[in-house]
Amino acid sequence: MSSAVQKRYPEVWRKHTPRETAARWLWIAAVAFASAWSVSALDIEWAFFKDAHVQAADLAARMWPPRWAYLPKIVAPLVETIHIATLGTAIAVVFSVPIAFLAARNTTANGFTWAVGRGILVASRSVNTVIWGLLFVAIFGPGPLAGIAAVSARSVGFLAKLVAEAIEEADRGPIEAIEATGASTFQVYVVGILPQVMPVLIGTTVYRWDINVRESSVLGFVGAGGIGIYLYASINQFAWQQVLVVLLAILAVVVASEAVSAWVRERIS
Amino acid sequence: MAAAREAPAQGGAGPLLAIEGLAKVYPGGTRALDGVSFLVDRPEVIAVIGSSGAGKSTLIRCINRLVEPTAGRVLLGGTDIVGLGTKDLRQARRRIGMIFQEFNLVDRLTVMENLLSGRLGSVGFFASWLRRYPPQDVANAFAMLDRVGLSGLHDSRADALSGGQRQRVGIGRALMQNPDLLLVDEPTASLDPKTARQIMRLIRALAEERATPALVNIHDVALAQGFADRVIGLKAGKVAFDGPSTGLTPEVLTEIYGAEDWSQTIRREDEEEAGA
Repeated sequence: MSSAVQKRYPEVWRKHTPRETAARWLWIAAVAFASAWSVSALDIEWAFFKDAHVQAADLAARMWPPRWAYLPKIVAPLVETIHIATLGTAIAVVFSVPIAFLAARNTTANGFTWAVGRGILVASRSVNTVIWGLLFVAIFGPGPLAGIAAVSARSVGFLAKLVAEAIEEADRGPIEAIEATGASTFQVYVVGILPQVMPVLIGTTVYRWDINVRESSVLGFVGAGGIGIYLYASINQFAWQQVLVVLLAILAVVVASEAVSAWVRERIS
Repeated sequence: MAAAREAPAQGGAGPLLAIEGLAKVYPGGTRALDGVSFLVDRPEVIAVIGSSGAGKSTLIRCINRLVEPTAGRVLLGGTDIVGLGTKDLRQARRRIGMIFQEFNLVDRLTVMENLLSGRLGSVGFFASWLRRYPPQDVANAFAMLDRVGLSGLHDSRADALSGGQRQRVGIGRALMQNPDLLLVDEPTASLDPKTARQIMRLIRALAEERATPALVNIHDVALAQGFADRVIGLKAGKVAFDGPSTGLTPEVLTEIYGAEDWSQTIRREDEEEAGA
C-alpha cells in the first residue's frame, strides 16, 4: 500500500465506564442484602420445608379422584361468577372514560379537576377487589350485587389510568386540526381524541374482564357471590375431592376467558 | 369540474384579512413574530416563504389562534379575532379552513368522518358523537370527495390512504367549512415532488373556484413562484418581502434567506413553466 502512516484506532471498547460497572454491582449487592434481610425478618419455620413434599402428596391423594357428582351443583355459581365479572367490567368502562379525561393532563379543566380524577384513580386502585367486596357486602348485603360493585370499583381505576395515559400520548396533530374547525371542547374529545384511544380502551377492557373473571372466583370468600362460596365451603369441610372439581372448573373458565381476551386484543387495530 | 356551490359571503368593503402589528413571544423568550402587518383585499393565493424558524408556522397559527399572539390584531372581514372569547373564537374558526403538513387526519376514522369533521362547528355535540350530520352536509361531503378526486373512498379508513390521498382529504375537510380564508401549513413538505405539484394545483384551483384567499406556508421557492399570486417573505419574524411572485429575484431571495446561488432555483421554475 502507498500510505506510509497508518492511523491507529482503539482496539478496546467497553459499553460501561468503570464507574457504571461499579454502580451495577452495587445494585446487585443491594438486592441480595434486601432479600437476606427479608428472609431473616420473616422468621420462616424451615422445619415445615422438610415434610412439604409429604404433605403435598397427602393433599393430592385426598383430592383424587375428583368428585364429579359435585359439578352440576357449581355450574350455576360458575355462570354467576362470569356475570359478575362482565357486568362489573361494563359498569367500570362507562365510568372510566369520563374519569380518564379528568385525570389526563391535556384534557382536564384545571388543577382541581385533575386532582379529583387522580384521586379517584388512586382510591380505586389501592384497594384490592376482595377488600372492596367486604365493603360492599356491608352496604348491599351478601350476594352478587356486592360482587359487581366490588369488581367495578377496582376496575374503574385500572381502566381510567391506562386510558388517561393513552389520552396524554394521543397525536397532537389531529386534535389541533379538529380545534381549527371551530369544534367545541367536547367535540374535540369525541372526534379527535376518543378514536385515537379506542384500541387502548377496548384492549384494556377485555384484559380487565379476563382479570375480573379470576378475581370474581374468590369474591365468594367474603360473601360477594359467585363460585367462591362453594370453594370456601368445600375447603372448610375438608371435602378435597370437591375442592379439586371447583378448582378445575375455575381453571377451565379462566383459560377460556384468557383465550377470548387474547383473541380480541390481537384483532384491534 | 364541480361548480362552486356557494360564493363566500363577503359583506362590507373592508379587506378580507388584515394583519396589524402581529407579534408572538414564546415563553422561552423566542420572538417568533415581530410586528407583522399585511392586507389581503382580494381572493388570491399568497405564499409565505422564509427559513425554518422565520415564523411562518407561528404566523398562520396566530391567525386562527392555535397559537395565542402576544400583540397585534387579526381582522377577518372586520372582526378582530385576537380579542374574541372562547365561544366567539369557535365561530371565527368555522370561517377559517386549515390544511396541515402532516395532514392531521384522525387515522382511525373513515374518510367520510374526517371530511364531515369540517362541519363540527355547525352541529351539536350528540350529532357529532353519533356522526349524525345534516343531509346537506353529507351530500356536500360526497361532492367534495368527488372534487378532490377520491370518489368511492368514503368508507376507507384514513390510515389506509397514501400521502397524496390523505392530503386531499385534509383539503376537503378544510373546504367543508365553506371558509372565508384558507390557512395552509407546508402542504407538500411530506409529499414527493410530483404529488406536491398536484396538491398545490388542487389547492390553487379550489381557492380560485370559491374565491377564497389562501395563505400558504411553503419551503419550496419554485412551488411558491409557480402557484402563488403573491409572496410574503418572512425573516426573523418580520416581513422582508411582500409583492407579486414574479418579483422573486436573486436579490430578494438573498434578503429573505441569506446569500446563496439562487440562479438554479429560479431558472428551474422558468424551464418548468416553459414546458408546461
